[in-house]
This record gives sequence, C-alpha cells and structure tokens, in this order.
Amino acid sequence: MNNFIERNIGLMIVLTILAVSFGGFVEIVPLMAQRTVTEPIDGLKPLTPLQLEGRDIYIREGCTVCHSQMIRPLRAEVERYGHYSVAGELVYDHPFVFGSKRTGPDLARVGGLYSDDWHRAHLFDPRSVVPGSNMPTYAWLFERPIKLENLPKKLVALQTLGVPYTDEDIANATTGLENSTEADAVIAYLQQLGTLITERR
Amino acid sequence: MNSAILSSGWSWFVIIGTFGSLLFYFLLLFLNRKTSNPGKTTGHEYDGIEEYDNPLPAWWFWGFLISILFAIGYLIYYPGLGNFAGIGGWSQVGALEESQEAADARYGPLFAQYGAVPIDELVEDETAMRMGRRLFATNCAVCHGAAGTGSEGFPNLADEQWHWGGGADQIKTTIANGRNAMMPAWEIPLQEAGVKEVTEYVLQLAGREVDATLATAGQARYAMFCAACHGPDGGGQPMLGAPSLNDEVWLYGNSRLRIEESIRHGRNGQMPTFTERLGVDKVHILSAYVMSLRQDDDEDEDEPDETEQ
Repeated sequence: MNNFIERNIGLMIVLTILAVSFGGFVEIVPLMAQRTVTEPIDGLKPLTPLQLEGRDIYIREGCTVCHSQMIRPLRAEVERYGHYSVAGELVYDHPFVFGSKRTGPDLARVGGLYSDDWHRAHLFDPRSVVPGSNMPTYAWLFERPIKLENLPKKLVALQTLGVPYTDEDIANATTGLENSTEADAVIAYLQQLGTLITERR
Repeated sequence: MNSAILSSGWSWFVIIGTFGSLLFYFLLLFLNRKTSNPGKTTGHEYDGIEEYDNPLPAWWFWGFLISILFAIGYLIYYPGLGNFAGIGGWSQVGALEESQEAADARYGPLFAQYGAVPIDELVEDETAMRMGRRLFATNCAVCHGAAGTGSEGFPNLADEQWHWGGGADQIKTTIANGRNAMMPAWEIPLQEAGVKEVTEYVLQLAGREVDATLATAGQARYAMFCAACHGPDGGGQPMLGAPSLNDEVWLYGNSRLRIEESIRHGRNGQMPTFTERLGVDKVHILSAYVMSLRQDDDEDEDEPDETEQ
C-alpha cells in the first residue's frame, strides 16, 4: 500500500490533506465549542458605535503591533494588569485584537485606569506624561472627524455575525456623534476595555 | 455559567478522538513491527538510490511505546479528556491562585507591618519609603511624574498646595477612593464678556497685573458663580477639590488663554481609585510616601534602589 500511495501523487495529496484536516478537526474544533468561549459573561454589551469606531481606528493605527490585549493567568501579569482575561468578555469581538507583542503595556484592562484627560495628553504627545515612552504621537486623531456614513454598515456587518445589535441601534448609530473626532472614539474604546470584571485579581 | 466545559457530545468527541488516536498509533507501531531485515529494500529506486527496509531502532520503538504510556498517565492525572478534570485536580486558575496565595503569605506581612504604623511615623521609616518609591513609580508616576512634580492637569505632589487636602487622612482617601473634580462649563451662563471679566478678576486674585475695569466687573460675577466653591477670596475648598486661585500654582496653565479655557469649558480632573488594585496596606505606605515628597523636597536623594525583599 505504501508503494501504491507513493506512486500516485494525486492520491497522496488527498490523503495528506485528509490527515491534516483530521488533526485540526480533533484538536481545534472542540476548543471552539467550549462554553467559556461561546457564552458572554454577565452584563456583556456590544460596543457603542463610538467605541466600535475607536476599535477600528485602534486596528488601523496598528496599536495591536505594540500592545497586547490578553492578560494570561500568571501571577506577575495579574499583579501588573489586573484580572486575567476571560474568553466570555470577547465573544462580540470580530476580529480579536489580542496582539502578540508587548512593546507597550497590555491594554486588556486599561479602561478607567487613567482619566480621559490623561489619554488625550498621552495620544497627542506620549512624552508629555511619560517622559521615557517610545510610543509615537497620534496627534492627527484630534483633527480628523470620524466617518459617520460607515458606522451603520459596520453595525449591520457585526449583527450578521451574531453581535446583538438591535435594528434601533443601527438606525441611531450616528446620533450625537456629529462632532466626534477619532481621538474621542479611540479614548471611548480604551476607557471601556476590561471594565466588566472589576475585581483586580 | 454551566460548570461543564463542553457539552457532553463534544466531550465524548474529544475522549474518543484522543483514545482513538492513541490506539491508532499503537496498532501502527505493532502491525508494522519487524525485528530483522535480511537485506531487503523498500522496493523503490530513485536515480540508483535505494533504501533498506530496516526495522525501527530499538530505542525509537521503546520511546514510542513509553510516550503512549505517558500520554495515558497524563490524561488520567491532568485535565485533557473532555469534561474529565483529571484526578490531580490541576487547573490553570488553581495554579494561579496557589501562586498568589504563596506570594501573599511571603510578601503580605512585609506590607502589613507598615500598614499598622501611623502615616506620620511611617514617613520617617527609610525601608517603608523605599517601598513607597517603588509603588509610586509603578502606579502614580505615569500621571504625577517620577518625582511627583506633576504636569499640566496632573497635580504636583511635591509642593505645598493640595487640592483635596494635604493631611494624612485626606491623602489616603484620595489614593484609596479616587477623586472626581467637577468644575462645570460657564460658557453659557457667563457669556463671552463674562468669561473675560472673570478671568481678569481671577488673575487679580493671583496678584497679576490686570485691566482694572474688567476685573471689577468680574468680581461681581465671581461672587455669584465661583465663590461658592473657590471661596470669596479665592482660597479654595479642599472638601470639593476646588483649587485656591490666589497664588501662583495653576493646574491647567497660568496664561489668560488657559484660564479662559478652564472657565469656558470647565475642568473634570479624575484620580482613579487604588484600593481594589493595591490593597489597604500598599495604599497606606503610598500615602506616607506622597506626604514625604513634600517633606523632603530640599534633599534630593537619588540613591540606587535596592530590591525590597
């Protein structure tokens, strides 16, 4: 049989794919079915339109390249960043922004850690509040208004993925955001990060 | 939340998949087993290169077998088979809690012994102040600066002025529970002219040179809108976190423009709460350290830090 398979390269490709998919099916698919991954924790709400826009700007500006959003259940991390991340906090996140590198600190529980004023000063010029910081400035966020016309579409897209936005949410997506800048959106996003779990450890 | 990790269907899927794989490899190992090879090749030849069909080396065979046995032992002791938690009772969160308890037992008493000392005495304790400096660098410096000198919008802790009071208890309350300053926006009630007049009067309180007509007009408006919090003479009100205005200390800048901005849009400085994050003992040590910032502002000791344990 070995001989036969080795001499029929087409068959070997098919069997290789089969073997690899079986491995994936057995090892990966059950993880997606875990209750902790699929069930939101108590009180989890979808992001408000402003926060959602902030999240998209967070992705656009590549914040994930230097900031992770994943506190592992290790003492040193919990000590520094707060309660470890749980999957149920993130069931409405599409896509995830875990990140994998910490040039800057983890942001999974940065919400409420600093005041809005601090975030404004820090995004505009990080060195003004943290002299040793090597974070770039994001001063343009303060001049650019958010793109309102895309917001309802984003909510619709997430709704189809199972995020519980109501039709009313979508209809009112841009209400009150006429004068919001990108900085407002990013700060609104940052200030809610990880705030649902209030115990620090 | 349901305590079981997986629904029972998925749980069995994992168990069957895991043991099925183990069984498959076990059979693969034994059904192909041979102990000697009388010079046979695998039968294929590539450009004159042939391969002997030799048996697996013994160490490899036994290694394979031991791995399978190890896997079975592992799956019995550690969680791995669907909803079966393993007889060892190990869990990721359990391991974390264990290490946290061990750390509390080791470091907790170090902090607790200082938690019992009154702040006024703690200020004199060198070890406690070294701990305080570390805590300050980790938790406070990002807003108040490494030396506690603050910056625009973040109060200087090394000077004589305290917005929320500089007593030991007041400082401790500030750190433990946080503070929310609430200066409303006066743009609408004061109107543009009013903002200018009040600005002028506030500058006069601070002893700056001002336009006397505007300042006089501002005085009446100040009495109506501002005096309730900032005091009739601009002395401030620590209970409300209203800063004094009759000196040279300005949290949000001392230029006309910045003062006008404060009056127009209000200021809502926020100090986060730290009890949850640090626990009462560390807050206590930190309060003493913050007090010490003011007390030794003339001796600028910058000795290298030693680790606290």
